[in-house]
Amino acid sequence: MINFIYKHRFLILRRVSQLSLLILYFGANVWGWKILVGDLSSSLLFDMIPLSDPFAVLQMLSAGAVLAIDVIIGAIIIALFYFIVGGRVFCSWVCPINMVTDLSNYIRRKSGLNKIQKRQPATRNIRYWALGLSFIISFFMGVAAFELISPIGMTHRGIIFGLGFGWAAMLVIFLFDLFVLKNGWCGHICPLGGFYSLLGRYSLIRVDHDVDKCTLCMKCKEVCPENQVLFMIGKSSEQVLNGECTNCGRCVEVCDDDALNFSIRKFYEENKK
Amino acid sequence: MNNINPKDVLKENKEVKMKKLANENRREFFLNISRTAGLAALGGLVWSAYVDEVKANTLALRPPGALPEKEFLKSCIKCGMCVIACPFDTLRLAKPGENLPMGTPYFIARDIPCYMCPDIPCVPVCPTNALDEMLVSTDGKLDINKARMGVAVVDTLNCIAFWGIQCDACYRACPLLGEALYLVHEKNERTGKHAFLKPVVNNDICTGCGLCEKACVTEKPAITVVHRDAIIGKAGDYYIKGWDKADEARLEHATSQTTKTEISKEKAIDSLNDLGGLLDD
Repeated sequence: MINFIYKHRFLILRRVSQLSLLILYFGANVWGWKILVGDLSSSLLFDMIPLSDPFAVLQMLSAGAVLAIDVIIGAIIIALFYFIVGGRVFCSWVCPINMVTDLSNYIRRKSGLNKIQKRQPATRNIRYWALGLSFIISFFMGVAAFELISPIGMTHRGIIFGLGFGWAAMLVIFLFDLFVLKNGWCGHICPLGGFYSLLGRYSLIRVDHDVDKCTLCMKCKEVCPENQVLFMIGKSSEQVLNGECTNCGRCVEVCDDDALNFSIRKFYEENKK
Repeated sequence: MNNINPKDVLKENKEVKMKKLANENRREFFLNISRTAGLAALGGLVWSAYVDEVKANTLALRPPGALPEKEFLKSCIKCGMCVIACPFDTLRLAKPGENLPMGTPYFIARDIPCYMCPDIPCVPVCPTNALDEMLVSTDGKLDINKARMGVAVVDTLNCIAFWGIQCDACYRACPLLGEALYLVHEKNERTGKHAFLKPVVNNDICTGCGLCEKACVTEKPAITVVHRDAIIGKAGDYYIKGWDKADEARLEHATSQTTKTEISKEKAIDSLNDLGGLLDD
């Protein structure tokens, strides 16, 4: 049991983080809690600190909105936070869609779908195209374009304020990831993930690989939702510096050889050795 | 003369091969770029078509102090703070499937109208100013009577007061009783003995709170709050209120465009006399 918890320590922490955020938001709406009021687009922490989704704010600016200072400050706070701890920490520790796609992934692994469907027919760069498109469409349509179709918004807003047809978005993503494309939504399409990949490029918290301890079991690559970032496994001792790494910590916990660990980003010269 | 060095041939072959490879790489590169661009164009088309469609239907009743719909859609970040702040659970966020811009706040007056709190808790919490305090303030103080969420419209055929029944439910419910909604007393010619108490809305004062719609006793409300854009007309510069100095001042700098149709090329008097086009057959 203890071993199980140890082997899933980051997974458990992530679920706690994702769920407690949703519960705090839900409690704010239903029971009037004042800890975290709003939703993932924009909220107020401790009735004082504004927090806003920087991607949404950028879309609104490109749509031509004149925004109040609160929301700008909130966006800067959030952007700085993810700039430091790793952009896609949002994806694996906050975003509720992560639970849906992780479930797809889990079923894929356990049912052996990954072994039948080995070739991934799509490029992971779609998200950057989607990111660019969302700004272009926002500009021409005069409204934040991704926010109107975002399944992330549908899901978390659905949980906080009432679901409507939001469950359909979850189902579509679940089935898409399960049968069509492995890591399809989070790893290929989601422009928010693309945005945070770029934002977290120089972030400080990084997974570190020690090639001397590695036994080439490849469990980390099997479990990693963005396994292109683990290209150095068994080849060289270096940090995972790709911004697409979500810092989910799955590779760290599945490694039986202590060859992967969280670390603070080393400076460039040091890293090369 | 004929002694070709086999090494040269080999070298030449290699060069040809390299060239071929480079060519293929170039082709592949262009194919990949065009393919992704094509996909992006397709995706962008579907995406913007959807955005356009969902933006077109914007006759929902917005919270007090909301910017004009176009600006409102630009600035609302869909955080739901106004919804949380509303003590009457009037406001709700548009869910997927409700055919409104997803996540934007609105209310349905017949379900729960706006109770016009004097401190307007929903407006100051807005982090983006999509709900603008200035639009609901007088002299720097919040003033809910300045809200313009919609305007009440009476269906005079189905309003029972217009049948002669003495119902003043909407009038009594109106928070601006006698101003936004007043009663007109008229003789009932049908019976010859009774009076009508007809509700009439003053569009300039009505805030669109929907309390009248909520109070209406008919099966489907005969007084309905509708988005102002759908109802409020504009006389324009061609008409003037007689015997009214203020309205005359309004037209002092009239800048309306003149029409540019065929008929307006001629003088008005000519077009009246020449009925040629009308009497052709």
